[in-house]
Amino acid sequence: MTVSAQKAADRGNRTRAQAGGRTTRTTSPLRPGRSRLLTGLMVLYLVYTLIPLVWLVISTTKTQPDLLSTPGLAPGHSFALFANIKETLTYRDGIFLRWFANTLLYVVVGAGGATLLATAAGYGLAKYKFPGRRAVFAVVLGATAIPPTALAVPTFLMFSGMGLTNTVWAIIVPSLVSPFGLYLMWVYAAEAVPQELLEAARIDGASEFRIFWTVALRLLAPGIVTVLLFAVVSTWNNYFLPLIMLSKPNLYPLTVGLTQWSNQAHGAGADPVYNLVVTGALLTIIPLIVVFFLLQRFWQSGLSAGSVKQ
Amino acid sequence: MKIGHRRRFRRVGLILAALTASTLVLAGCGGSGGGNGSASGDGGDKASPQALDAALKKGGKIIYWTWTPSAEAQVKAFMDEYPNVKVDLVNAGTGNDHYTKLQNAIKAGSGAPDVAQIEYQALPQYALPGALVDLRKYGLDSLESDYTPSTWRAVHVGDGLYGLPQDSGPMAMFYNKEVFDKYKLEVPKTWDEYTATAKKLHAADPTKWITNDSGDPGFTTSMIWQAGGKPFTTDGKKVTINLGDAGTKKWTSVWSPLVEQGLVSQIPGWSDEWFKGLGDGTIATMIYGAWMPGVFESSVPEGAGKWRVAPMPTYDGQPATAENGGSTESVLKQSKNPALAAAFVRWLNNGNGIKPFLEKGGFPATVKDLNDPAFINKKDPYFGDQAVNQVLVGTASTVVPGWSYLPFELYANTIYGDTAGKAYQAKSDLNAGLQAWQDALVKYGNEQGFEVNK
Repeated sequence: MTVSAQKAADRGNRTRAQAGGRTTRTTSPLRPGRSRLLTGLMVLYLVYTLIPLVWLVISTTKTQPDLLSTPGLAPGHSFALFANIKETLTYRDGIFLRWFANTLLYVVVGAGGATLLATAAGYGLAKYKFPGRRAVFAVVLGATAIPPTALAVPTFLMFSGMGLTNTVWAIIVPSLVSPFGLYLMWVYAAEAVPQELLEAARIDGASEFRIFWTVALRLLAPGIVTVLLFAVVSTWNNYFLPLIMLSKPNLYPLTVGLTQWSNQAHGAGADPVYNLVVTGALLTIIPLIVVFFLLQRFWQSGLSAGSVKQ
Repeated sequence: MKIGHRRRFRRVGLILAALTASTLVLAGCGGSGGGNGSASGDGGDKASPQALDAALKKGGKIIYWTWTPSAEAQVKAFMDEYPNVKVDLVNAGTGNDHYTKLQNAIKAGSGAPDVAQIEYQALPQYALPGALVDLRKYGLDSLESDYTPSTWRAVHVGDGLYGLPQDSGPMAMFYNKEVFDKYKLEVPKTWDEYTATAKKLHAADPTKWITNDSGDPGFTTSMIWQAGGKPFTTDGKKVTINLGDAGTKKWTSVWSPLVEQGLVSQIPGWSDEWFKGLGDGTIATMIYGAWMPGVFESSVPEGAGKWRVAPMPTYDGQPATAENGGSTESVLKQSKNPALAAAFVRWLNNGNGIKPFLEKGGFPATVKDLNDPAFINKKDPYFGDQAVNQVLVGTASTVVPGWSYLPFELYANTIYGDTAGKAYQAKSDLNAGLQAWQDALVKYGNEQGFEVNK
């Protein structure tokens, strides 16, 4: 989570630096010009990040035999992209579409809910003084340090005790909790919502809920989008939790389903469908890419908020 | 698709399997005391095969977990024959993914299927803690003469019968004739000849290897089996592990030099690189179970016409082989309709279910189908019109008797790479690697409540 945050921040800085370089060509300590070394490094980094994607796109155009017999970055003997897509969508009675719908459900309810909860809680903690606030702060901060993977097995045992494994709730309920999102919203709300505004609203007679819903929520929008993006990405990519919680293929999200396809290349009765696995992987990342492009603006402004003290 | 990723996923699965397996074994041992002796005690009233017919007539619904490629066709044929019965077919994953979920469900006390595919090597791990129904209860032990002796033994744990054999995997040597012809190699009959062939091939073309082995526990145990080793014995809670016995040493005396001299490739089995290597001649032989032709035909199209089958090399030139892989279908104790589940298993592996299985290229465990002239003499165009089943069926009768797996074989397999596997990477003595494996297994077994090497 933090790594991706950093990456996103880097990307933000990069575009800003480039924009700066383009408009003003002066070199001063405040507005550094282009550094060949840094540009070279960034180009290398860009190539490094894009090659897997290029490989994926090229691979999706190959048939299963071509995938194994032709070099990874070279085209295959035939262009099988559309045949692959068709087969991916219809293989095993079109279970891929089912997985797609499941993933959407987990993302909309899980990530959406997580964002809502994080926003409400972050706002509450930032704007209301109450005893035990510091304790909550310590717990939340501590929770961000625990990787969700470490909690998966205990969560499984707990859920199995409650009879919730093998249901959509086994994925949605844990996804609703996002300590990092809460922390982010807390910091953001403390900066973005002026105390004076809240007091003015109170004097005008607005209820606390109305203040949150009509005043604060708008001010918090960039932060909300940031948290939403984080939550969407992590829920979309969630692998370990559904892997142990679910045994019905009908409930799988894309990550677990595609791994199952990938693993069926193993042992007696092996049935490798790598062409479907890579095509499925490409189809899986497209929605994420779209979401990124659409919400990129908010994402960047959300991340840089609070970086400068006003 | 990237090997690194796949391996990591697999490793995650393995860790999970190990985690859940450990708790399962523990629970089982605490509860049942004499798990394998309690067959007569549980149930008490012994049902007859007629009870199974009655259950089929009455109908109902059962859930069946499997990754067998022919399962869809089998289930459809079954439901056509018995419209009263609804079989819910679930592919919960292949191998370890499947076991992880199965063990989770068993441990949770609900959510397990009525019938599950279980590989022979994994059967004790489920049977000993009492998760499976002893099918002697339904008189299925009367079917003994229908199966090969090695598969019949494989579905037993102690005296209990915990499934019916679906397929068998007597080992044979698959070799790439094109490569053999090109480098003028003779098909090896003994392991000494095999080693000589390996040297000759790799010297002639350093990009080609006689085979690959990066540390595969299933292959290792089968090879020790063929060499006459019996490193694992289980008697109730008492387990003996001796990976330094004469048979094991016999195998390592052949295989360790091959690994140490870099004569076997380190391409991991079942990776995309491996499938590629089977197609382009990088890997010249493959010693695997009789189910391998199906894998070749469906997954290595470039190898068509190049591959042939020969009996597995032996130590003294006399035919001998081991089982490698193969599965049973078992009835889970959690099943609410065990009679119907058992009837389904009987249909699958002793009835009309065998035909769809064979049509998908499966290798049967039933004597009748193995000896069917149409099956034996079928010419296979993939193998240059060789009658591959003649070789494979011929080896089925030479399986070395007396082998058994550990009651925690799945866990053992998961840690093979981290213990013995290091010897492969370092190209060092496999005996030391196996000793490391044994030490880890003894420690684990004792922690789980077994009495290992005590």
